[in-house]
Amino acid sequence: MAKVTMPQLGETVTEGTVGRWLKKKGEAIAKYEPLLEVETDKVASEIPSPFGGIVGEILVQEGDTVPVGAVVCEIIETGAGSAGGNAGAQTAAPSSHSTAGASSASAAAAAPSRISSAPPAQANGVRYSPAVRKLAREHQLDLGGLTGTGRAGRITARDVVKAVESGASVRLSPSASSAITSPSARPHGSAPSPSAAVIAHAGEDDTIIRLSPMRKTIAERMVQAATTIPHAWCMMEADVTELSRWRDREKAAFKAREGVNLTYLPIVVQAVCRALKENPLVNSAWGGDHVIQRKHVNVGIAIDVEEGLVVPVVRDADRLSLAGLAQSISELVDKARRRRLTMPDLSDGTITVDNTGALGNIASVPIINPPQAAIITMEAVVKRPWVVNDAIAIRSIMNLCLCLDHRVLDGAVASRFLSSVKKTLEAYP
Amino acid sequence: MAVKNLLEAVRETLHDALARDERVFIMGEDVGARGNVFLITKDFLEEFGSDRILDTPLAEASIVGVAIGAAMAGLRPIAEIQFADFIYPAFNQIVGEAAKIRYRSAGGNTCPLVIRTPYGGGVGGALSHSVSIEALFYHVPGLKVLAPSTPADAKGLLNAAIEDDDPVLFLEHKKTYRLIKGEVPSGNHTVPIGKADIARAGRDLSVITYGLMRHFAVQAAEELIKDGIDVEVLDLRSIRPMDRDAILTTATKTRKVLIVHEDNKFGGVGAEISAIIAEEALFELDAPVRRLCGPDVPAMGYSKVYEDAFMPSPERIAAAMRDLAAF
Repeated sequence: MAKVTMPQLGETVTEGTVGRWLKKKGEAIAKYEPLLEVETDKVASEIPSPFGGIVGEILVQEGDTVPVGAVVCEIIETGAGSAGGNAGAQTAAPSSHSTAGASSASAAAAAPSRISSAPPAQANGVRYSPAVRKLAREHQLDLGGLTGTGRAGRITARDVVKAVESGASVRLSPSASSAITSPSARPHGSAPSPSAAVIAHAGEDDTIIRLSPMRKTIAERMVQAATTIPHAWCMMEADVTELSRWRDREKAAFKAREGVNLTYLPIVVQAVCRALKENPLVNSAWGGDHVIQRKHVNVGIAIDVEEGLVVPVVRDADRLSLAGLAQSISELVDKARRRRLTMPDLSDGTITVDNTGALGNIASVPIINPPQAAIITMEAVVKRPWVVNDAIAIRSIMNLCLCLDHRVLDGAVASRFLSSVKKTLEAYP
Repeated sequence: MAVKNLLEAVRETLHDALARDERVFIMGEDVGARGNVFLITKDFLEEFGSDRILDTPLAEASIVGVAIGAAMAGLRPIAEIQFADFIYPAFNQIVGEAAKIRYRSAGGNTCPLVIRTPYGGGVGGALSHSVSIEALFYHVPGLKVLAPSTPADAKGLLNAAIEDDDPVLFLEHKKTYRLIKGEVPSGNHTVPIGKADIARAGRDLSVITYGLMRHFAVQAAEELIKDGIDVEVLDLRSIRPMDRDAILTTATKTRKVLIVHEDNKFGGVGAEISAIIAEEALFELDAPVRRLCGPDVPAMGYSKVYEDAFMPSPERIAAAMRDLAAF
């Protein structure tokens, strides 16, 4: 049993007040993990635990003041030799308070040979060993009803076996049993699988379509993007009448000169690249506790293929001429249709352009392609009655829709970006 | 059965092989007139003559190289490297030549060679008489690596090694030579290569080990049973081929595994054992696989303090067992 004492926070300080306990009795704590907050007349400080183990008796309550050196709490060390044979005796009531974030950080800080003191297998019972999960599944056992005899109240495989043998099992309904593998039990950071969502059951006259690998990937990435990225949406209308006329005039010559069709897509990509130069933050990614602003502008192009959707990337699109963009996109489309795309073709995109207008849409709300921060659509060019100089005219209008990762971008910068794309298209050529 | 120490078991096995099979001969530093530095081959020179007991220069590459040639020509050489610490000059002969002969000749040639060498620490051997070399060699396909821990296994595996048509590196832990005694079956006793031995059956956790550490682990397990913790000890005996079935059986049975070896931890034999368990038995585990090994320092020091700090002891093994049991 190790004792934690009130530290001396400053040369002239003689006493300290416990501001807040950051751990409760029975909780696991790694060495150097914050244990309590101490207030003196000068400062409030977070005090790291000098030992790894289980928090034992807390001897000074929040708000109480004790002299420097007084014992404030006990830590049951979980180092070598301290556990003894009677594992049950050391089990304090495990708290249900989740310390997942703190424990993963402390696990990284602990020495590799002392896995036991840092809790990768969570001490308060929210994580189970593979053997425990397997046994619980086999016996349809509700682990919440068990008392663990392992370190810090961990439920051991033997606990499960004993519960099964004693017949005191709390059976789960089939749907509830899947909770054992549901998102709460997943390792941190992995994508939620589509199976965690509501699952439909097929009727007799329904057809079951097996998932192709591409369908599976699309499903996983869409769930990940839709559930982890806070999407926001905005739309602007671009008057592309002049652009449309210019394109009609130029396209035959362009085709003859460059060998590829002059479509709206490379023109929009070019406008997007220009807008990114003015608003570089849009060319970013969410990095957990920071934003990564990309130097390269790699534009993903959403392409429909027979099995689904692929998003190959035009690398360094900002350095290409219109003909270069048209050429690159044409090659990517061709490769996609012939299923010849390689991983490099599909990697490192920094923003996505989706030509939803090709299918006749005039507005859409796309899902961001993570880890990018934005996706922009170009909708169908439609002739509409339009107010020009206070008179009604017939103009060719293209809607531009933008979805942004609201962690990275706010409406103002997104609107400036979208507005810049719109201006480029309206001023074309 | 007669009770012998491990050194006597090796001596008896070598003697009987020389008497039984004319193709068998021994070569190495000080194996003749001196009768080996541990007196394992004492009086062999007088009994079998200088054609079969060959004193060599201090030239390990030549010892193994000559033995390879003799083995390919139909003899059954038993080459001795005086201490495992001195095997490095022969590395190319063992790894680059002996281990590849069957493969490169498409089975046309074999290399029935045994290389015996004392290894391990705990005897005050200091920097150049304490090393464990198994991890350097068990990686190599075509080479068998054996590390018996009891006199009976030393005899049984040495006989199996002599009978084997491919090269075998036979590791004898120095500290077990006189420390470990046990009953040794008489006659041409053999133990199959590649089969682990359950040194002690238990149900709460498994220790997977080999060599001297088998005895330390069993000693620690006998301490823990007093507290009701029942430890299974698996002695690999054969490091390569490795007994995957036995490893997976014990891991699945107790669901908690502690690997103990004296050799350095990083990239050691324990790394392969834990990888086998991770690949094949992850969903049977109730705790992370643990390793208690020698530290990753260049050598074992001469000072007793340094030596003790390096060698896993029964006390440290017991502490690691308790820690895993309480997980």
